[in-house]
Amino acid sequence: MTATVNNTVSPTPISESTTTVPTRTASARIPLTRIVGVELRKMFDTRSGFWLMASIVITSVLATAAIIVFAPDDQLTFDNFAAAIGAPMTVILPMIGILAVTSEWSQRSGLTTFTLMPRRGRVIGAKFLAAITVGVASMFIALVVGVLGTLVGSAIAGVDPVWNVSAIHFTLIVLGSVLGMLFGFMLGLVIRNSAGAIVTYFVYTLVLPPLLGLLAANQKWFADLQPWVDYNYAQRPLFDGDVSSQQWQHLAVTGALWFLMPLVIGLLIVRRAEVK
Amino acid sequence: MLDMITVESLTKTYGRGLTAVDDVSFTAAAGRVTGFLGPNGAGKSTTMRIMVGLTPATAGTATIEGRRFIDLPNPGTEVGVLLDASAQHAGRTGREILTLAQRTMGVPRSRVQEMLDLVSLTDDEADRRVRDYSLGMRQRLGIGTALLGDPHVLILDEPANGLDPAGIRWMRDLLRGFADQGGTVLLSSHLLHEIEVIADDLVVIGNGRIVAQGTKSDLLATAGTVVRARDTAALTLAMERAGLVITAHTDGSVHTDAAPGQVGEIALAAHLVLTELRTADGAGLEEMFLELTADTQREGAAA
Repeated sequence: MTATVNNTVSPTPISESTTTVPTRTASARIPLTRIVGVELRKMFDTRSGFWLMASIVITSVLATAAIIVFAPDDQLTFDNFAAAIGAPMTVILPMIGILAVTSEWSQRSGLTTFTLMPRRGRVIGAKFLAAITVGVASMFIALVVGVLGTLVGSAIAGVDPVWNVSAIHFTLIVLGSVLGMLFGFMLGLVIRNSAGAIVTYFVYTLVLPPLLGLLAANQKWFADLQPWVDYNYAQRPLFDGDVSSQQWQHLAVTGALWFLMPLVIGLLIVRRAEVK
Repeated sequence: MLDMITVESLTKTYGRGLTAVDDVSFTAAAGRVTGFLGPNGAGKSTTMRIMVGLTPATAGTATIEGRRFIDLPNPGTEVGVLLDASAQHAGRTGREILTLAQRTMGVPRSRVQEMLDLVSLTDDEADRRVRDYSLGMRQRLGIGTALLGDPHVLILDEPANGLDPAGIRWMRDLLRGFADQGGTVLLSSHLLHEIEVIADDLVVIGNGRIVAQGTKSDLLATAGTVVRARDTAALTLAMERAGLVITAHTDGSVHTDAAPGQVGEIALAAHLVLTELRTADGAGLEEMFLELTADTQREGAAA
């Protein structure tokens, strides 16, 4: 390498081309598709984000491998693969939903985001759509891995593959998983702090259900009431693949109470709150 | 002069009666660099945050060419903003942060490399994560983000923070060039020297209130007179009797807004021996800044 002595540390002087004050053109409103694209990109463009996304594929493959290795031959059915893959998904997707919102506050990148796009409702809406996109795409990845697992597993065991999950059942599972993810999204919006939202999510999914179950087991009045007030409880039929019309009503009522209302409140707060 | 930024009666109060910004009004004109000067906690940042819609105002308005910032269809292409260079996702690379802004604004992808060249971030540095950036590098990245959309207005909060002397010189030239080509620059600083060198107009703020504003030359012209006498007490007495507003400093010098000639006449009439009589230009803006903010700054009037 030739030594150069004129390699100064001082930055390049400003060039004419890059700092010319432009002739004023009326700038067009930023289309929503562009914001959604940017928000999707933000979910993948950090190491933590990338590995969170990668963990969807990784845990799907690991869960499938575990079923093939450990399950008895007559259990190598598609619904078992789907259940094994779905379990980590119900944890990872809500985390993605939470972090999609909270990172703007916890990492303070919101200062730039909301300066470039001061209509905050549009940013949140774009994040919402981006989260749903990721959620649905993840479920289809899980579907593909589950199909491969069923084929490979039954081939290894020398049995016929058992396809015991209907398209409707799969659709309901997708809906259930995306609802879980959006619940995380809502928590992120209301709490706007990564750690706080994640802890709240686990309290809601892990601590609350046994307590409510205990209450229902001991108090008749709550046992009758529970389907109408417990969002977790109301979501369970989705994963079983069979939802009665009354269970849809349970889902709608509890969803309005636990998801829609807080979401609207969170949105109103975010639109007014100071971005620090 | 065309006013590009107009701030009118801006007030921001928080709970418990804390007033961060108190009835602030000023303008920043096209083709000029407006320096927003004040001690720490004076309300500079809050004012700028209100201007770009990050903080809601309690009362008053801030507009860019008559439009609220929130009503700009694609603000990044009109107003370049740098409020806090450290407010970035630490896990993103510098190039990625510029790319996100480029995509949001919808400007050509080539602008990203142009901005990296402009702010002298090497390819190697651009591909590093921001957590490994020095404050100076973050500041450069922030300036690159602000200029990315080729805006005609710049709003920069303490942009010189963390830059080395060569970097400060470079930024000064850059902002000067931007204003000379018709752009509007509003930059805040508590670094008096930096503002004095670059600004055409000054807005001085202390404890949330505007304490002085005008062109730099006007404000410096009102710096007044510094005078010393063998008998300081007699001098201050004579000046006060003559109706002058004075500030006596502990080093024996006395400052007043009156012209040196008038002070000389007062001293002559009082038969006082002066040891010094001059226009108060030595410390320039710093002296003015300290005096203007003397009763509002945190260090107290004795500073």
